[in-house]
Amino acid sequence: MTSLIPFIPLLPFAGFVVNATLGKRLPKSVSGGLASLVMVLSFLISAYLVWQLAQMAPDQRLMTNTIYRWMASGEFTLDVTLLIDPLAAVMLLVVTGIGSLIHIYSTAYMHDEVDSEFARYFSYLNLFASFMLVLVLGSSFPVLFVGWEGVGLCSYLLIGFWFKKKSANDAGKKAFVVNRIGDYAFLLGMFALFALFGTLEVRGIAAQVAAAPPETGFGLLSIATLLLFIGATGKSAQIPLYTWLPDAMEGPTPVSALIHAATMVTAGVYMIGRNAVLFSHTPDTLHIVAIVGAATALMAGTIGLVQNDIKRVLAYSTVSQLGLMFLAMGVGAFGAGIFHLYTHAFFKACLFLGSGAVIHALHGEQDIRNMGGLKKYLPVTYWTFVIGSLALAGFPFLAGFFSKDELLFETFAEGHQILWAVGALASLLTAVYMGRLVFLTFHGERRHDAPAAADASTFAKATADKHGHAAGHGHDTHGHGGHGHGAPHDAPPAMALALVVLAIGSVAAGYVGVPAALGGHNALGAWLAPSFAAPVEAGAIAASAAPGEAAAEGEEAHDAEHIALERTLMGVSSAIAIGGLLVAAFIWLQRREIADQMARSFAPLHKLLLNKYYVDEIYDATVVKPIEAVSREGLWRGVDVGVIDGAVNGVGSIVDASSMVLRRLQTGSVRAYAGSLFIGVVLMLGYYLWR
Amino acid sequence: MLLTLSWTLPLAGAILLALVGNADGRKDAMIRWVALAASLVAFAVTLLIWVRFDPASAEFQFVERVPWIPAFGIDYYIGIDGISLLLVVLTGFLTPIALLSSWEGVEKKVKEFSIFILLLEAAMIGVFVSLDLFLFYVFWDAMLIPMYFLIGIWGYDQRIYAAVKFMLYTMAGSVLMLIAILGLAFMHQEATGSYSFDLLRLYTLEIAPETQRWFFLAFAVAFAIKVPLFPFHTWLPDAHVQAPTAGSIILAGVLLKMGTYGLVRFAFPLFPLAAHEFAPWIALLAVIGIVYGALVAMVQPDMKKLVAYSSVSHLGFVVLGICAMNIQGMQGAVYQMLAHGISTGGLFLIVGMLSDRRHTRLISEFGGLRHVMPRLTAAFLIITLASIGMPALNGFVGEFLTMLGAYLWDPRFVVVAGLGVILSAVYMLTMFQKVYLGEVSNPKNAALQDLQPREWASVLPLCAMAILMGVLPSIFLAPMEPAVRKVVERMESARPLVAEASPQAVPAAALPAVDAAPAAAAVAAAAVVQGQ
Repeated sequence: MTSLIPFIPLLPFAGFVVNATLGKRLPKSVSGGLASLVMVLSFLISAYLVWQLAQMAPDQRLMTNTIYRWMASGEFTLDVTLLIDPLAAVMLLVVTGIGSLIHIYSTAYMHDEVDSEFARYFSYLNLFASFMLVLVLGSSFPVLFVGWEGVGLCSYLLIGFWFKKKSANDAGKKAFVVNRIGDYAFLLGMFALFALFGTLEVRGIAAQVAAAPPETGFGLLSIATLLLFIGATGKSAQIPLYTWLPDAMEGPTPVSALIHAATMVTAGVYMIGRNAVLFSHTPDTLHIVAIVGAATALMAGTIGLVQNDIKRVLAYSTVSQLGLMFLAMGVGAFGAGIFHLYTHAFFKACLFLGSGAVIHALHGEQDIRNMGGLKKYLPVTYWTFVIGSLALAGFPFLAGFFSKDELLFETFAEGHQILWAVGALASLLTAVYMGRLVFLTFHGERRHDAPAAADASTFAKATADKHGHAAGHGHDTHGHGGHGHGAPHDAPPAMALALVVLAIGSVAAGYVGVPAALGGHNALGAWLAPSFAAPVEAGAIAASAAPGEAAAEGEEAHDAEHIALERTLMGVSSAIAIGGLLVAAFIWLQRREIADQMARSFAPLHKLLLNKYYVDEIYDATVVKPIEAVSREGLWRGVDVGVIDGAVNGVGSIVDASSMVLRRLQTGSVRAYAGSLFIGVVLMLGYYLWR
Repeated sequence: MLLTLSWTLPLAGAILLALVGNADGRKDAMIRWVALAASLVAFAVTLLIWVRFDPASAEFQFVERVPWIPAFGIDYYIGIDGISLLLVVLTGFLTPIALLSSWEGVEKKVKEFSIFILLLEAAMIGVFVSLDLFLFYVFWDAMLIPMYFLIGIWGYDQRIYAAVKFMLYTMAGSVLMLIAILGLAFMHQEATGSYSFDLLRLYTLEIAPETQRWFFLAFAVAFAIKVPLFPFHTWLPDAHVQAPTAGSIILAGVLLKMGTYGLVRFAFPLFPLAAHEFAPWIALLAVIGIVYGALVAMVQPDMKKLVAYSSVSHLGFVVLGICAMNIQGMQGAVYQMLAHGISTGGLFLIVGMLSDRRHTRLISEFGGLRHVMPRLTAAFLIITLASIGMPALNGFVGEFLTMLGAYLWDPRFVVVAGLGVILSAVYMLTMFQKVYLGEVSNPKNAALQDLQPREWASVLPLCAMAILMGVLPSIFLAPMEPAVRKVVERMESARPLVAEASPQAVPAAALPAVDAAPAAAAVAAAAVVQGQ
């Protein structure tokens, strides 16, 4: 049974190999079909194994498969071991399930690419899935890191998929480099852990760390976990390394859905969940995680409020939601964080794919100011988009409601009232900007009349430039040959299928984690709990270090009190979601002029938000430019050419001058040189022998 | 016999070619094939050696010993352990690729060119297999001559300047090393009554700490120039930019490793006390080099120069790993030598292909090449990723192990060295973007040919090795581990002495140490006699 585990990442990898080597000779139906098929197979295997896992006793749920020994050097040994536990199981299903849908969706979305580009796209997508699955399954830090860097690479390749566009290439490079900054910290964190524990196996470290009490003060262990968290801020787009994610929207929209919303960007959250025992032994780091998460949620939410590119609004909302997940991880509510990760995957993928359907229908238009009134043309897209938006906003009894509520409740219950307030405010912003997005895109009058793609680009670019954006927005500028320029038409079957399935998920996904306050028993929380506890081998000690269980036990302990609190907070959350949506409806459906008026009366603030707090510009001016200038003028022209070479050449010319006398010795023939070399050696030997 | 064959085969090839009359260049094609065949046979021999090598043993194997100049205790004494084995195989692997790379690029004096490449291979293998320091020195200097001419004759515009600079730099180091070698033999004579250049015997010499210091420095400077370690690196960009493609491949792929190999084989184990004393300072230079090389690479307008500075950065990791003096660090260092040989060799190879087609290496002359040469782009991307240490490719294993080892030794160095991980992505991806992505901006690039079959034959093995070394590193790590362990144990056994070294008057302390005066005299003499 465990022998099936390697096939989960290997199947997509095989798909990558086929499409990368033979792809351009294959028709689209074969290359796209193959890529989708391997994903579906991978999903089926995952589902089978998870079902098997569920048959085991809760604290026994673990499958491992050691494939081979990757490295060995002295006491450092490293096996490639894949592991499925309850946490990995959830991620597996999300990655392969949503991954399959997005592959299928892409077969329609990318259909206008030529065969070779189509195959290239699917080879990258398969490779991404393969690395992501390695990341999920890896039982040790370095194996996880293979997936971690691998998904970064695929993200780079896919953001820059339309490689003619400079903006796409820049965005791809930015994503890679910013991620590398995080990876640098991650590497240091790994080394620190090995120095402390002598192993890089996650469970091995957990077992050792569980034996000791949590670290007080900011010691070595806290530094190690903080470094890992910095790595996570890169991958999961948190302050200060979030700037790459909005730019990543240059990639094809399904890529944004799969990589930059549903799966890859959640890797940082997953990594902390995977190391819950370790992180819960460093309360100081966890505190930082929570604060960074809350701050990111709020900051991204404010930016999302004023953006005009449909994908960028979604991108900032992703950053914001990831912030909430980190907030949950930071307050020790690991189950709630993963719960939100899981529901978020459904509705955010649904929204991104929906935005893709809109862009597809409008031949590359992405500016919501040029949309409006699309409801009647794109009914499937509209309804699925609305469901996704409601779920994201936390509308009662949809997926996002349960998970967001749980994480905010846990934050409050753990005694972080201020962080709770920040999270609640971020949720309010979410409701407002999602309402704005829906109303501006689908409701009201049509503001743009099915233009040719080229017009749309120029127009959008002009507006973008006007607002001082760096390089214009990304546009999925694929030609749209077969279709006329009439009314926009709804998503083709393959795309509609993915949208509908994800919309159903956005409604239903939350019911695996209905809290006790609503008469449920948080099945997901119970399922995940063993993953956040110290390994069973650690035996009796495990109990002390089980945050997940502790949360569960805590709930039972003061049941009534908690349920009352949770119900209250739930009411607040619902009010926030509905209130935010109503505000948005009032402004953007009834009184559009209010928005413009506010933008005018708070012009500096509006400009600040529109320009994303100028963080990119600040980084550029304080880090990128100085480093480049110092390297060019200071190090290269100054030190290298000036000082060092100057000295060398100076010595050279002195030797040159003095050797004018000795010039006759230089005959220019190789034999003479070789001979003189030999004589030199003999002379020196002689000196030592007979002196 | 097999080991002797590994370096005499290319030599025989060179001699054979020298006998061919080719004044009018009519036999160029035949000469190219003969040279390629000779290098391939030599590669086969190195592989055979690997097959017969006992990976569990830390001892030198395939040992051959014939007295050469008995009066001074000089022997023809060769043998390999796990460390030199892999470097010999690397040499055998890269030489045919270098020859293939010049198939069309080199048009004049094909015969002489092929001879020099084969001579170079013979000398390089000789350096790696020598266990007699005198023999080692002969090969070491013999290596310079073909390289000098390869740059000086087949190089680009400023080839003479570059060749002379290369020669001067490395000669300066060689001379210091020669003095130290002679001093060692002399000390052996004082201690035992007879001269010896036998490395294994010299290992057992007990040398006073003060003396070790001077000898270590002499060796270390020679090797540091070769590596090249900051700030001794400025010959490298010039040599690389001016060298023909084949020269760059061998220079980066093998020649630079002579320096780091020398540190592992000679400087550190011969003078362990001094090594412990100086290791932090050398490591400091190494990490400065890592960051410095990367920063300077970032702003280079010339592709070859960029790759050359990136070598300064990558070799810094190797030196850092050696300085850590633990198994992970040293194994990582040796692994990084191999990995760098593959990936940087590959980068120079592909840059050479572009340069052959366009006769320029300026990044700004290119752009959008992915449209016209998708295969070459794919190959370059794989090598680029290998070079920047993408996990599951070769660069990662070496960097990871060296940094792990260095962290266990002193984390501060790794905090700085790790920045190289970020910067390498910056400069390599920037170059990749400017050369391959975007629109075809220069009409001269619009009709460039993609990889030709002959080019496939040279690129594919490198890509395959980059992947193999990343996925199955144990193939290479396992045979070197015993040898590395032995070096590490040797260094560790010397460590406790550091604290109590000075009071213990080791016998060698009684010897007259090579003090400054004769050293200076010898330097002057050598400079005069050896000319340039």
